[in-house]
Amino acid sequence: MNRFSWFNAVSLTFGFAFLYIPMIILVTYSFNESKLVTVWAGFSTKWYGELFRDQAFLDAAWVTLRVAVFSSTLATILGTMAAYVLIRAGRFTGRTLFSGMIYAPLVMPDVITGLALLLLFIGVGLDRGVLTVVLAHTTFAMCYVSVVVSSRLATFDQSLEEAALDLGCSPAQAFRLVTLPIIAPAVISGWLLAFTLSLDDLVIASFTTGPSATTLPIKIFSAVRLGVSPEINALSTIMIGIVTAGVITASVISKRNMVRQRREEQAAARAQ
Amino acid sequence: MNSTVFAPWEDPEKKPLIRFQNVTKKFGTFTAIDNLSLDIYEREFFALLGPSGCGKTTMMRMLAGFETPTSGRIELAGKNIIPVPPNKRATNMMFQSYALFPHLTVWDNIAFGLRREGMEKDKMNARVEEMLRLTRLERFAKRKPHQISGGQRQRVALARSLAKAPTLLLLDEPLGALDAKLRQDTQFELMDIQEKTGTTFVIVTHDQEEAMTVASRIAVMDEGQLIQVATPDRIYETPVSVYVADFIGDVNIIEGKTTLIEDGQYQIDWAEGQMPLHAASSQPFDKGQTCFVAIRPEKVAISAEKPQAADNIVQGKVLDIAYLGNLSTYHVELADGTIIKSQTANTRRIARRSFTWGDTVWLSWTATAGVMLAR
Repeated sequence: MNRFSWFNAVSLTFGFAFLYIPMIILVTYSFNESKLVTVWAGFSTKWYGELFRDQAFLDAAWVTLRVAVFSSTLATILGTMAAYVLIRAGRFTGRTLFSGMIYAPLVMPDVITGLALLLLFIGVGLDRGVLTVVLAHTTFAMCYVSVVVSSRLATFDQSLEEAALDLGCSPAQAFRLVTLPIIAPAVISGWLLAFTLSLDDLVIASFTTGPSATTLPIKIFSAVRLGVSPEINALSTIMIGIVTAGVITASVISKRNMVRQRREEQAAARAQ
Repeated sequence: MNSTVFAPWEDPEKKPLIRFQNVTKKFGTFTAIDNLSLDIYEREFFALLGPSGCGKTTMMRMLAGFETPTSGRIELAGKNIIPVPPNKRATNMMFQSYALFPHLTVWDNIAFGLRREGMEKDKMNARVEEMLRLTRLERFAKRKPHQISGGQRQRVALARSLAKAPTLLLLDEPLGALDAKLRQDTQFELMDIQEKTGTTFVIVTHDQEEAMTVASRIAVMDEGQLIQVATPDRIYETPVSVYVADFIGDVNIIEGKTTLIEDGQYQIDWAEGQMPLHAASSQPFDKGQTCFVAIRPEKVAISAEKPQAADNIVQGKVLDIAYLGNLSTYHVELADGTIIKSQTANTRRIARRSFTWGDTVWLSWTATAGVMLAR
């Protein structure tokens, strides 16, 4: 079955080359001594130093971090609530419509989401800045959180909650003491996903931000229009690192949880 | 030894612990419970028995507070409990899936309900230890639910639901997930624990043997209604309908037309060319009324020679023999094609058996062996 063949090896190489060569080049040139991006002049970390002395970049990084933390936290709360209601409320009129509407923004083009939010913020007279970017990111990230959390809740044994109620918990206590600890890994990976999505976003942020709140992707994009500097390469390398760490952590958490769940189920099956 | 029989349901002065009054529960257009009234007394081990979908689980969930009846009244110790939410009821439930909290240890699972009550630490520790001892789980206190066996999990679920010393314990198919051998042991354990704690137990099961073993009284249910509520022996010996007779144990049902001979003695014409049967009934039957005679296989004697005197004697051929070790069930086909089952204890070695497949045998039973049923 899994026999090595030249065809497989070549397609694998090309595939990964296609995906990763641009990033490898970017990471490599972030360690370039020369100011010219296209000429290699030896290894150096001086552009990282430059970067950390550049106040504009540091401000942008601070804005981005705040936006990501707040929006992913909000998105996690809202997304978990939405998932909980959609899974638990049973059949009510329009349930299919609601769950469809939760997932629709996943495939909505960013430009449209951004524009719609911009019109809303102008309409209600909200000054554009960190707050509006947080709200915008919450809006699109909560769909992702709700997808992750609802897939966990779908396999959650509802009698666990009933048992908690039966043993004297109020519904809120049952959620806090039983449901939440059990679905926590899904909630955490939802948060990490939301966090990285917010960190990445350029389009929606540039629609909804104001002059006071420039996020890193916006800063990079506008800096690059004046020419690519090694500083940008260094910054991008750091961002790649953060996003990779986030994605890997999220997938490790959900993977480990899945493995544990399967092992428990097997143990249960054996015990019978 | 206390010789008085435990039978509070026969004492008209006794107040029931639980009282269902004309309870109806509808799910949409489906009627799960149909205008049902039932009294359950303190210290009873009461079984709700029936096939799946008969409404037995709905009854239990209404007692626990997870379902609200569409109409009617449910009383616990004289008080209407319908508006009381599950967390405020003096009932606890043992779930079919056990519903153990996977993120907590056995100890913490058992202590869960006590913590919610805000019990003092010393008292709580003592209570949890007591529960662990009662269910023989001391060694597993620090383990998580997935680290113990199915039988142990079942006992954790029981310990957890008993920890708060509920007035009423509800058990939803508590032994369904255990294998046959373990189930038998656990049945006796359950009875033992019920006696020790003096708690009223209501068990839901579809397993008639389980209900017969553990229960003080059984309610046989079908399509949201109670068909018969009685002690296990009365359910077995004097079922009120063919449905109950057929649901509990093995039975021969013979349909025929009645004729009164003298008081309580009836003659039943049941097939062309066959001698009429004789049966006794305290219930009056009209002449020519259709009736069903239910006879348990163990009350039908089988012999190679024609018995001298018996109220009912029929002849047939052995069609099948089910050998169970201690018992054998013979399926005997009569001349008209009717099959009658006869069960005998294998008190002699099987080689000594005087008949086998295809042999002509005689079946006989007394007039009082069967029950005459109108439906």
